[in-house]
Amino acid sequence: MHASLAAVLVQGGQATAEAAGHFEPFYPGLIILLPLIGFLLNGVLALRHGVASATAVRGGGELDLDTGGRPATHTLPSLIGPGVMLLAFLLTVVNFTRMLGAHIEEPVVISYWTWMATGTFTVDAAIQLDQLSMIMMMVVTGVGFLIHVFSVGYMKADSGYPRYFAYLNLFVFFMLTLVMGSSYALMFVGWEGVGLCSYLLIGFWFSDKEKADAGKKAFIVNRIGDVGFLVAMFLLYVTFGTVDFVAVFHDAETLAYGGSLVTAIALFFFLGAAGKSAQIPLYVWLPDAMAGPTPVSALIHAATMVTAGVNLVARSSVLFALAPVAGATVAGVGVLTALFAATIALKQNDIKKVLAYSTVSQLGYMFVGVGVGAYSAGVFHLMTHAFFKALLFLGAGAVIHSMHEAYHSTHSHEDAQDMRNMGGLKAHMPITWVTMWIATFAIAGIWPFAGFFSKDEIIWQTAAFGGATHAPYPMLYTVYWVIALAAAMLTAFYMTRMMVMTFHGTNRTGEEESKHLHEAPVVMWAPLAVLATLSVVGGWINVPESIRESFLGLGPLTSEWLHHWLEPITAQATHIQAANLGELSHSAPVGGGEFMWALISTVLAIAVVATTFRMVGQKEIVPAAQDVELTGFAKVLYNKWYVDEFYDRVIVEPILRTSRFFWKVIDAGIIDGVVNGVGWTARGVGFVISMFQTGSVNTYAFILTVGVLVILGVSIF
Amino acid sequence: MVDILFYVFAAVAIGGALGVVMAKSPVGSLLFMVTTLASVAGTYVLLEAHFLAAIQIIVYAGAIMVLFLFVIMLLNLGHDYHRDLKGGAYAVVSFAIVGAMAGMLQRQLRGSGITDAVASGGRAIDAAIAEHGAIGAIAEPLYTTYVVAFEITGILLLVAIVGALVLAKRNVA
Amino acid sequence: MITPALVLSAVLFVIGTLGVLVRRNAIIMFLCIELQLNAVNLAFVAFSRLHGIEGQIFVFFVMTVAAAEAAVGLAIIISIFRHYETVNVDNFKLLRW
Repeated sequence: MHASLAAVLVQGGQATAEAAGHFEPFYPGLIILLPLIGFLLNGVLALRHGVASATAVRGGGELDLDTGGRPATHTLPSLIGPGVMLLAFLLTVVNFTRMLGAHIEEPVVISYWTWMATGTFTVDAAIQLDQLSMIMMMVVTGVGFLIHVFSVGYMKADSGYPRYFAYLNLFVFFMLTLVMGSSYALMFVGWEGVGLCSYLLIGFWFSDKEKADAGKKAFIVNRIGDVGFLVAMFLLYVTFGTVDFVAVFHDAETLAYGGSLVTAIALFFFLGAAGKSAQIPLYVWLPDAMAGPTPVSALIHAATMVTAGVNLVARSSVLFALAPVAGATVAGVGVLTALFAATIALKQNDIKKVLAYSTVSQLGYMFVGVGVGAYSAGVFHLMTHAFFKALLFLGAGAVIHSMHEAYHSTHSHEDAQDMRNMGGLKAHMPITWVTMWIATFAIAGIWPFAGFFSKDEIIWQTAAFGGATHAPYPMLYTVYWVIALAAAMLTAFYMTRMMVMTFHGTNRTGEEESKHLHEAPVVMWAPLAVLATLSVVGGWINVPESIRESFLGLGPLTSEWLHHWLEPITAQATHIQAANLGELSHSAPVGGGEFMWALISTVLAIAVVATTFRMVGQKEIVPAAQDVELTGFAKVLYNKWYVDEFYDRVIVEPILRTSRFFWKVIDAGIIDGVVNGVGWTARGVGFVISMFQTGSVNTYAFILTVGVLVILGVSIF
Repeated sequence: MVDILFYVFAAVAIGGALGVVMAKSPVGSLLFMVTTLASVAGTYVLLEAHFLAAIQIIVYAGAIMVLFLFVIMLLNLGHDYHRDLKGGAYAVVSFAIVGAMAGMLQRQLRGSGITDAVASGGRAIDAAIAEHGAIGAIAEPLYTTYVVAFEITGILLLVAIVGALVLAKRNVA
Repeated sequence: MITPALVLSAVLFVIGTLGVLVRRNAIIMFLCIELQLNAVNLAFVAFSRLHGIEGQIFVFFVMTVAAAEAAVGLAIIISIFRHYETVNVDNFKLLRW
């Protein structure tokens, strides 16, 4: 282990010779290691801060961070946290550019040491560098770095500052393990690790019971999905005797197409993905996860961790391509989640809740993409979504930061996250305003912003898949397509509503408070600007041919780069699909080509945004304190379709009752009864037998003789 | 002639043994014991174990029994002439147990197929006695094959002496 | 003469056992134990007519152990008597529940 760590640092590990091709990895292990180092350093600082503040409390006071300069525990993390991320990002960029020039066909697996070896089953601590993991690494370290920088400004006043950065670095470490691991086992390590960090960060302000409970909820709901992941992994082991990606995908095609085994594996993996990526029915934890600090919501619950499920499905594309039922399930769950979450987002007033449901909805789109075999489209949307959703969350964070300080100045207890208390903020925070509109256009799918390309490709691929020569359930996919289009329109609506309520109209914060509203500091708006740029240009890396040739595209300047880049990953799945489904359709179910529907949807999106802007702008919005309760269908939406209540009634309460039954009756009654009974019996028997212990030597001799006789009798007879 | 002698010895031994168990006074028991020991020594002679017969008389009937006698006299136990047999159900059960034991031994003996014919082991002893004499016959293996056990027995006796001294010494308190 | 000797040995052993079981006087119980030892010795000697000199050697060791045992045992009886002024084992009942 020790020597291996040295090997990571010095030699960059041992690449398998035949797979390496021209691609020469540049210290890839260090990319994972850097956040871990950051975690350790920040963790030490957090512990030291804990000791210092405990000493202060014991001394009768409280640790004062403001007077007399901030202590080292609260200045060093500003360097360490974003610093390691920057280094990791630069390393990733170096590796990325090297891979760009290499055109490798096979993944590069670098093994550092044998993690476990039991009988014929071995798992190496190895990382896999290929086109998919490279994209994920770029997103994780790149967006992660920006969010770390933003956090420096956002969390500055928090006394748990070093602890926050320790958790954040640890999260990145596990996330990189998840995307870089070369086997399902390692992926699972990362999978559980990010779950842990998610739990820690949701409950970051754990002294608030509601927030601690939200962390617990996320953890427990994720466990349900993890069971699926584990079962799928076990099935893989039983079938192939290995869980290494390369080996599994190599052998996967020996399974029958559409067979029950591969379908079961794919569906169990999807259960895991649904837990981690907040899909129906396991999405309920994500909205509650907004209890964590806003940058955490941006990093973990929007840009990276929740996309792990999409990454998993894309990674296992071969298995899903072999199981059309699983593919249909994935796409179906995805499209339903997209619509369902979008409807809930329509009526939410908490700015972060809107974004949370929006995230759930967008994740649904990604699953539609990977479900219909458009793996590159799913990953593409994952990437653009990471840009604009991180931007939206960070923008919301800047707004909340400002609102919080405004209310703090007057010691008001109004909700700093409630959009009904905002309005007119564009005058106070112009940069945030502009960047968030860019993100809104992107998520609404308006040309030329990033979301337009990724979302339209997913919707289009749904139609194309349904129209394939031997498509399994053509009607079903037509329904998917219609729902996906509808959900896209809802997206445009609720995002515009959010923007209008937050930034436009008159200010509802309060006279005194509004004086304290201000633009975010540069350390916070700089990441916003970078992400805004990415949200504008990010889509142009993957422009479909039919759009490129039209007036919407830039012709020869752009290409379907991402699609081709991911081809080595998806080739096998695409091949299986082509062999079994025939050619994909070139027209939508109701006619029209890709370009036409892209044009229609962007025009519709613009129309929805414009209408909503006027509609919501004219409506009078009252501050939260004076608002009346909603009625009818709006109330149902406001209360999120009562899904949480339904789960409480149908799942949580029966489990509680059963548990209580097992506790009171089975455990305390029967099991404890048996245990105590055994004890009492032993005591009783002991009491009776102790009667023989008379203290009289004759009796002892007598018993001894009887014993001798018994032994003698046994040996004789 | 030998058989008659054996049965005489056996009768005296059994009578003595019963006397040990039944005698009222400890001294009586002791004297019955000496009788039994002497008779058993006689049977040893008949079984060609001359040396053992000698030390049975010298060590057992002589030294150990005298030691017992000394203790009895030291504790002044010679006078309590009441029977100290346990009575009642306990005695009945004891007799039953002992009877069962006797039955088992008898059954085992009958089933063992042992005859009165002297086997090769016995003939070897006879030859050794003829060659080395009665003492030489037992001394030769004792000081060669079993010399370790013999030495350990010496240590055992030493420990016993020390132990007896420590235990019996009157505490000077 | 081997079989009758074994029978005699068995009879003596049974009588010795009976004595241990029914007498209360510690010294008499002790004597009965010696009687049992003697019965076993007799069996050994009888068996030596079948299996060789080892039987007699074993008897020799048993006698030594018996001597040692008698020395220690009697010492214990003496110290017990000093304490209780009796050798009736029914009076020594510390070792009970």
